[in-house]
Amino acid sequence: MTLAALAFWVFALSAVASGMMVISAKNPVHSVLFLILAFISAAGLFVLMGAEYLAMLLVVVYVGAVAVLFLFVVMMLDVDFVEMKQGFLQYLPIGVAIAGLVVVELILAFAAWKMPTDAQFVAAHPVATEGSPLAAPDAPTNIEGLGLILYTDYVHFFQIAGMILLVAMIGAIVLTFRERGGVKKQDPAAQVARKREASVELKKVGSGQGI
Amino acid sequence: MIGLGHYLSVAAVLFAIGMAGIFVNRKNVIIILMSIELMLLAVNINLVAFSQFLGDLTGQVFAFMVLTVAAAEAAVGLAILVAFFRNRGDIAVDDANLMKN
Repeated sequence: MTLAALAFWVFALSAVASGMMVISAKNPVHSVLFLILAFISAAGLFVLMGAEYLAMLLVVVYVGAVAVLFLFVVMMLDVDFVEMKQGFLQYLPIGVAIAGLVVVELILAFAAWKMPTDAQFVAAHPVATEGSPLAAPDAPTNIEGLGLILYTDYVHFFQIAGMILLVAMIGAIVLTFRERGGVKKQDPAAQVARKREASVELKKVGSGQGI
Repeated sequence: MIGLGHYLSVAAVLFAIGMAGIFVNRKNVIIILMSIELMLLAVNINLVAFSQFLGDLTGQVFAFMVLTVAAAEAAVGLAILVAFFRNRGDIAVDDANLMKN
């Protein structure tokens, strides 16, 4: 067994095992930590396949942002998670049955699928990069190849991705924003709209008298 | 020799785990969101595996899109969860059909 094969089995088993722990851990904080482990294992699988850019993106975006967001929310919400665990055993049989069904279906689908022939490859003129079994000796590296197509052929996808993130950001802010009552803060509109008549009152004070 | 089938099997098992997670953790929205993330991760493994073994980088561009959408979905989903928790003081999914009643 080569080192690459050994690394594959280590990463694959750790991804599957931590996936199991994500759905079965009692404490949601442990679930999030196992989710991080699953992402890192998947990043390892990506590196083994030769997709270094996506592996790094997985570590940065998922582990660095999404998983930390999950951690924050889990720790922020004060919920009795033990009570939430009820019904786990009740739904376990149907969950396992459906999961098994999905695995069998996916394996059947893959078994029915054929690798394209060389002629079909030539017709599709694919762009193999370094690390792919089909790569030419002078093939560009993964990041170079992705950069060559991402900013040219797929520039609209790239910009739409940016728009999706912008919309998600605004949506999240709007959903969680709340106006707090009883907090003193500046209201520039009210300050500018203030008129002299409404705020200054002139009184004639007689000699020797109070107001 | 590790081939395409190995990676696809890992992805299939991860996808099934994510699916089972939605069924067994019906009450806990946070775990359901994490299960969805697991399923999207499995999809990404499939996309990258096909992309590398067929020598076509388009699959990785698509995986990049899936990653973007997954991040956006997590952000919005958790924001909804926080808003729901503020209104109800609880995150039980059973109460989430409040608007219907």
